[in-house]
Amino acid sequence: MRVLPPLLRRKPAVAVLMCVPLFALILGLVAYPFFHALFLATLNKAETAFVGLDNFTFLFGRQTFWMVVRQSLLFALVAVVFKALIGLAAAHAINTIPTKGQRKWRGMMLIPWVIPPALSTLGWWWLFEPTYSAINWGLTKFAMPAVPWLSDTFWARFSIILVNVWVGAPFFLIMYLAALKSIPGELYEAAEMDGAGPWQKFFFITLPMIRNIIAITTLFSIIVTLANFDIVRVLTQGGPLNTTHLFATYAFRVGIESGDIPLGASVSLFMFPMLAILAFIILRNVRRRAASLA
Amino acid sequence: MGTKATASRRTFMKTAGAAAAGALAAPYVKTAHSAGKLKLGLWDHWVPGANEALEQILTRWGEDNGVEVTIDFITSIGNKLLLTAQAESRAGSGHDIYSHAFAMVPLFKHRLVAVDDVVEDILSTQGPIAEISRFSAFLDGAWKGSPSPTGTLSYPTVARRDLFLEHAGIDLTELFPASDARDPAKVDGWDWETFREAAAALHAAGHSFGAPLATTPDGSAWLAHLFASYGAAMVDERGEVVVNSDAVREVLEYLIRLAEFMPDSVYAWDDASNNRWLISGQGGAIFNPPSAWAVAKRDNPDVARHVWHCDVPRGPAGRFRAFTSFFWGIWDFSESQSAARDLLRYVAQPEVVATMLRASQGFDLPMIRSHYDHSNVWAEAEPPAGVLYNYAMLGDERTVFAGYPAPPEIGARIATQQILPTLAARVTQGGDSISEAVGWAENELEGVLRG
Repeated sequence: MRVLPPLLRRKPAVAVLMCVPLFALILGLVAYPFFHALFLATLNKAETAFVGLDNFTFLFGRQTFWMVVRQSLLFALVAVVFKALIGLAAAHAINTIPTKGQRKWRGMMLIPWVIPPALSTLGWWWLFEPTYSAINWGLTKFAMPAVPWLSDTFWARFSIILVNVWVGAPFFLIMYLAALKSIPGELYEAAEMDGAGPWQKFFFITLPMIRNIIAITTLFSIIVTLANFDIVRVLTQGGPLNTTHLFATYAFRVGIESGDIPLGASVSLFMFPMLAILAFIILRNVRRRAASLA
Repeated sequence: MGTKATASRRTFMKTAGAAAAGALAAPYVKTAHSAGKLKLGLWDHWVPGANEALEQILTRWGEDNGVEVTIDFITSIGNKLLLTAQAESRAGSGHDIYSHAFAMVPLFKHRLVAVDDVVEDILSTQGPIAEISRFSAFLDGAWKGSPSPTGTLSYPTVARRDLFLEHAGIDLTELFPASDARDPAKVDGWDWETFREAAAALHAAGHSFGAPLATTPDGSAWLAHLFASYGAAMVDERGEVVVNSDAVREVLEYLIRLAEFMPDSVYAWDDASNNRWLISGQGGAIFNPPSAWAVAKRDNPDVARHVWHCDVPRGPAGRFRAFTSFFWGIWDFSESQSAARDLLRYVAQPEVVATMLRASQGFDLPMIRSHYDHSNVWAEAEPPAGVLYNYAMLGDERTVFAGYPAPPEIGARIATQQILPTLAARVTQGGDSISEAVGWAENELEGVLRG
């Protein structure tokens, strides 16, 4: 039997060693791009001179940029609220099913989340196709008017939010389901003995017990939703009238498609301080609640 | 920049025949530097069979010259051609030769090697290049791309001649016959007002005219020729923002009236939507190269036999047609520049161009004028007989690109940021007044012009 070298027999050393691939990934795919984007955002369009914060100042004078800010916030808030509500309702529904039958429902509900979004969104695009929408074909069969899913501002926004909710709700479902299962059954039994009804049990036991999970899931989802790219790119490419652009797609239009990389980097970095503040507030509350429970 | 294509072409046909014949007779000379490997990132052709023909030509050239040629055909759908170029230019690695549509040459000029020796060789043996093509690729005193054997195209009116005759009373085959025997007076009457009246009649008959008012290259293209024909520009030749003009207001007023007769879905169309609109039999007219007809020939022959390509309507400032030149450029990180230059020379040979014209069923337009003399593809295309005769610009049309008449670097950004279709959609769908929309465009153009 081979004996491990002394260094590897020390648990902290092994732990660090095993974390190296993760650190390398984070350094290479998160830290380096982030600092490189910061660097790019301080350059002029030709990337030949340092301009400080001029790119951000320039952005603040652009009508389209402020429209993108408003749209991104609207998109993220509406989509996250619906994902959370649907996820919670679905988690409750599955949690009431006997354990034996839960697996297949969990599996089916997770399908939208595990399919690569670019692929599933392409399927949605066929359903919404501007001229030959499959959904509209069905609607007209029942003498109902066709809906301009992608060519009207309201419906285009509705469509990208709908697809985002469809893709993202299962994440909330699985997180909430795990949280629900961790609540001790005795709490509900005691509440029932005290005469509590279903709503009272939900508001006074379920919600407080999964509050931290709700907060963390919401934070994570806001970050991911605000940074969404693929759904808008495939469905609307930011149209009509730029009214479905999000930070990522607008940064892509300005930076990659129009060759103004520094301005594109500035657009994409704009959401960083907002998300950092949000993350700080939510995580601080989570920590405080955890501390008070302890 | 516009160019009177017809007059110069005809003049050229008479005067440069001998030079062209000489070019045809001259064999391609293999150089000592051409061995090695070449990776090509080429535009994925719309017309079925064109890629295969080009691949055969390039593979044969590789075998004859001891060069291992690898080809990736990259679609322009979803701007993938541009995105791949951006990725390669940032990474400093990728293909040796890359296809660049007109807006891409100015965008990537800093990473493209000058190919003056190649282009000057080509022009000295084969005659002049279209002025609009020179304008797109001759940048800062150097050629940054060489003529591509595929991809260069224009956006004529592509109409259902049967529907125009039945519902609008316009015989397009009489106006634009498959011969040079046009009646100038009748052609002169083919203006945007006539077109709008026809669009109204077609719309009432359930066969609307359709063109993208969405952020897609085809949207920028047809609006480029509409705006130019009203003398309306975003930025002038000196790089000054001139969007706040009477001409722009006039063309936007016209667009509001025209859009009444277009389908609502045009605000979400992509480059394939107008093709589908015509091929399905639903559309009465579009502005497009002959790809819609070529695919209809395969997928819906009943529609294809009624399609007719003809000139773009005239506006107060003249008659213009959107024109996109395609170039092959050599990246500065290519390690096979000698072989790449040899290949650029070879694919501009008239016989290669003629082969590709046949393979693309006339979709491609040569940018070197003498190359028109070596092909009858537009006259021979059918059904119906003469369907493409007028695709190879015969009349008084001048060529433009999105962003015209701004300098190429600015025009390229006007095109890639899709300012024209967004401006048009703001007044036709978004509820903006013309003044509000013009104000928005001025604000956007500041971003285009920033240093």
